[in-house]
Amino acid sequence: MTTMTQQRPSLATLLRFDVVQRSVHWINALLFGALIVTGSALYFGSFFGIVFARHTIQMVHLYSGLALPVPVLVSMLGPWGRRMRADLHRWSDWTRAEIKWLRTLGRAKLVADKFNPGQKANAIFVGATIVVLLASGFVLQWFRFFPVSWRDGATVTHDLFAFAIVAAIIGHVFMALTHPTSLRSMFTGTVTEEWAVRHAPAWLAEERGVNDD
Amino acid sequence: MVSSAKPENAKVHVGRRAFVTLVALGAAGIAFGAEAQKTVGSKLGSGIGNLLPGGDRFRIYSITGSYPAISNRRYRLKVHGLVEHPATFTLGDLKAMPATEMVKGFQCVTGWRVPDVPWKGVRLSDLLTNAGVQTGAAAVSFDSYDGMDSESLTIDQAHLSDVLVAYEMYGEPVSREHGGPVRLVVPQMYGYKSLKWLSGIRLVDRVEPGYWEQNGYPTNGWLDGTTGATNPNPSLA
Repeated sequence: MTTMTQQRPSLATLLRFDVVQRSVHWINALLFGALIVTGSALYFGSFFGIVFARHTIQMVHLYSGLALPVPVLVSMLGPWGRRMRADLHRWSDWTRAEIKWLRTLGRAKLVADKFNPGQKANAIFVGATIVVLLASGFVLQWFRFFPVSWRDGATVTHDLFAFAIVAAIIGHVFMALTHPTSLRSMFTGTVTEEWAVRHAPAWLAEERGVNDD
Repeated sequence: MVSSAKPENAKVHVGRRAFVTLVALGAAGIAFGAEAQKTVGSKLGSGIGNLLPGGDRFRIYSITGSYPAISNRRYRLKVHGLVEHPATFTLGDLKAMPATEMVKGFQCVTGWRVPDVPWKGVRLSDLLTNAGVQTGAAAVSFDSYDGMDSESLTIDQAHLSDVLVAYEMYGEPVSREHGGPVRLVVPQMYGYKSLKWLSGIRLVDRVEPGYWEQNGYPTNGWLDGTTGATNPNPSLA
């Protein structure tokens, strides 16, 4: 342990999200905000019979939706996307302990990784839902190129997944507001070691270069 | 249930699998959601179901992406084609004619349904009678102020007593979103037959498939739950 400390001095802060990830996060947050506001207006507006600049709202919704995957994809493709890609692998690969933790709703013992299983599940859910919303939105906008029944299916699918993702985002914002250190790291990029000891010990060990096996 | 042979920290690609499963679920929703919607919509009924996906409420669609704005004063309905007396009606002219009121469900071909919609307007058959349909006329084509939508009915379908040229909905003037000031209402058929922003009624010698028919919907859009496969009025083609 002593030699280790000499080779790698202990870090006061850890980089949790690099500038690429932070930028993508906040661009996405902005686009999501626009999508939710315009989507709600389109969805509830027609029900309540409110007359407004519907065409403009539709266009804002359409282009925000089409823009949504662009920052994420760009962030993962180039040499700048190393951390983005590494986190993607973290969301995909689960240990059995993590699965157990999620199944018991956090009651099982877990040495948490950079993201806890709840955060990983949320990331997967949001990612997949975006794909579904893009696909169903595409069918809604360019319905003429698809079978007639797909338009019907896309309508209900788009609505259901939109409801689900709004629920997930409300949960996400709630967790962020009740965990200010985590929220701050989405602005500054860094967390303290103290935070990592409590919330992401496996990741901390990994960052220190210590084999946790 | 977890295989004890595997160490606790062995990685499994659960995330990728969950991702693919969710996306597949969405794809299935697009392909087969129409059928599910019909079941859910009828179970939820009105009330809170109105605000939930699958509930009973109007969804506003527009082909052109916007709604034509026609003031009541400038509105004109042209009745022309194979008629003895071509005529142009103002909104006032239509309101001066004998009015018909009816309460009918509105069923969209995309699966949603709104029960008990009160309509008020002029019977299409009255307009046709006044215009004097020529013997060669076999069908009626309808044009819209949106410049793109069109619809058609056979001459017999057009004479059904509940086909309305409507100017009131829920006791109010038909709103712009719902096709106002004047729209067609064909309650025995799917909603796309009820053309919005009605601008012209043309008597023609054969059925001209309308916009939605050209895009795959049946020309005889009778309501029967299976997209016009059966005709509840066999005598009317």
